[in-house]
Amino acid sequence: MKHTISVLVENKFGVLARISTLFAARGFNIDSLAVGETENPDVSRMTIVVRGDDKILEQVEKQLNKLIDVIKVRDFLEVPRVERDLALIKVKVDKTTRSEILQIVDIFRANIVDVSPDSAIVEVTGDEDKLEALIKLLKPFGIKEMVRTGTVAIARGK
Amino acid sequence: MKLTGAQIFVESLKRLNVEVVFGIPGGSVLPIFDKIYDAPFKFILTRHEQGAAHMADGYARSTGRVGVCFATSGPGATNLTTGIATAYMDSIPMVAFTGQVATTLIGNDAFQEADTTGITRPIVKHNYLVKDVRELSKTIRAAFYIAFTGRPGPVLVDIPVDVQRATCDFEWPENIEISSYKPTYAGHPSQIKRAAEAINSSKKPVLYVGGGVISSDASPELIKLSELAGIPVTATLMAKGVYPPSHKFYLGMLGMHGTYAANHAMQNADLIIAVGSRFDDRCTGKIAGFAPHAANIIHIDIDPTSISKNVHSNIPVVGDAKSILSQILKHVKKAVHADWIAKITEWKKNYPLTYKNDDKLRAQYVIETLSEITGGSAIVTTEVGQHQMWSAQFYKTEYPRHFLSSGGLGTMGYGFPAGIGAKIANPEEDVIVIAGDGSIQMNIQELATAVLNKINVKVLIMNNQYLGMVRQWQEMFYSRRYSAVCLHKSDECPSKCDEPGRKGCPRYIPDFVKVAEAYGAVGMRISKKSEVKQALKKIISANAVVVAEFIVEPEENVLPMVPSGAALDEIITSLA
Repeated sequence: MKHTISVLVENKFGVLARISTLFAARGFNIDSLAVGETENPDVSRMTIVVRGDDKILEQVEKQLNKLIDVIKVRDFLEVPRVERDLALIKVKVDKTTRSEILQIVDIFRANIVDVSPDSAIVEVTGDEDKLEALIKLLKPFGIKEMVRTGTVAIARGK
Repeated sequence: MKLTGAQIFVESLKRLNVEVVFGIPGGSVLPIFDKIYDAPFKFILTRHEQGAAHMADGYARSTGRVGVCFATSGPGATNLTTGIATAYMDSIPMVAFTGQVATTLIGNDAFQEADTTGITRPIVKHNYLVKDVRELSKTIRAAFYIAFTGRPGPVLVDIPVDVQRATCDFEWPENIEISSYKPTYAGHPSQIKRAAEAINSSKKPVLYVGGGVISSDASPELIKLSELAGIPVTATLMAKGVYPPSHKFYLGMLGMHGTYAANHAMQNADLIIAVGSRFDDRCTGKIAGFAPHAANIIHIDIDPTSISKNVHSNIPVVGDAKSILSQILKHVKKAVHADWIAKITEWKKNYPLTYKNDDKLRAQYVIETLSEITGGSAIVTTEVGQHQMWSAQFYKTEYPRHFLSSGGLGTMGYGFPAGIGAKIANPEEDVIVIAGDGSIQMNIQELATAVLNKINVKVLIMNNQYLGMVRQWQEMFYSRRYSAVCLHKSDECPSKCDEPGRKGCPRYIPDFVKVAEAYGAVGMRISKKSEVKQALKKIISANAVVVAEFIVEPEENVLPMVPSGAALDEIITSLA
């Protein structure tokens, strides 16, 4: 089962290393990890997507809490939330494919952010399913390069 | 008042009432050592940084206070790591200080530079690199606080040499609060009630207690609970001494080399009350076959990560063992469990710990005799291996903090320096190091530290001329193919040999008696069973560092044994 875990940490030197050391040493698998400052510059938020059964997730949560620099850990599994992932996809383009690609991009409310004679960079934001669907459709045209941010998540207002 | 970083270091340790620091100087800690020259605390110069870390550990385990060690950057720091990892695995409060190259050089592959905080990250409770002198006093205060509170553990503070020289106003934080670190001490009242109810309704309860009972000084509460509710007790290696060994409810140690009674009690219990223990694989045996009749498992531990990590607990209680046990006591009813106690008494009687009683000198006999002579009241430290397990089995430790052994990491080279640390902390007590001939050679250089400082520990080497525990596994599980375990073996030996004391065996080196004498200690060699009692009395009463070598049976095995991967009741009591 896939869990999105939100971890508030002290914005200090070495914190990311502590978290990644913990995951490596305990054999937990990270699907993605995104980190950045929050509204409070002393605090960073990490969004970690991790797979495992209930027992593993219980350990992940407890072990994270045990780190001195970790302020709060929250598993978003049953929390109403907004999740976003961003991808930049450099796709092969030629005269015959250009309009079809533009159509697809349009349907997904993605953007073309760079164009060259033989390629275009598509920027897309959304939840993971949306990104996967777009990538699947663009694949037949030839994806030259791709980069993704990893999921970031925040709980919905009450 | 403006102080240098080095002065702040000394002033901070003074305010923390540090009595003794163990370590070795070096290039990147010179400013601090210049101030240590005038410091009010004792500095013990060791011969290896690993020795320093284990001494700090022995000091901590025998007193409950924070042990302090100190090394220079690079190799000094890396040499500390085995000692830090040892303390981490056994939850021992320790603060390790290391020097670091100047902040301007960090990351430049400078002379004696190592990424110390990076290297130690997985083996510390927390660590710090202090880049600004204004952070130093606060960091040292926090390091001691973190090391000592919650589940104790080692904390490392890395101090670059330019920070030691820089100056700032000295400020001492009397109170410390770390918003992201709030260990839970008081157990949840409803969980405590549930635990008490489970105890009251059980017919075959067992208390399975670990090092956490020692950390929280909960031995009196444990004894009270056991006696009130008629609950037999098994203690892990780490908890040796928390329960009177001669008590009719005492089962001895459980697990791989535990007693028949303890292991069968676990396997037949309807309730397991784990207190400050962590269901380590050496204690549980095969998890799938562990405690099949336990309807309830109460797990009391200050560290939530220990709960349900290996064995699921349906009644977890997070918090301090002492306070939780005293809360539980208020709700527990008096009980006798006559049938259950009769059963464990029968197991104890029918399957006692034993060894062959003939004319040969066996390590078990030496340890058992030592136990009788000292009445179980000496502080005993051990190295790691067969002698360690025999010490656990045959030395009847009467008090908490009197049996110091590397349980989690299993560090050969631990016992001797740990004994030195314990003796410094407890100069009036007998401190006896039980060692193997393999282990003792891993930190034997600390004889210099002991002799020069008149730290009169007594080292008993059980010399079986083998790395005995590995030899035992090779005998039992690898068809007696003795690979790289014979300490006689030289390049003249046949490449394959399984005959101890074969004719023409190369001479055993070193001659431990001469080694002892070379360091100015008293060396003794005992090869006959009939000499043991007299020799031990002489050793204990000697006003000197003594290294006594006992030439024991080479192929003796530690029994009983639960083979790796077997369940606790698949215990082997003799090798037919």
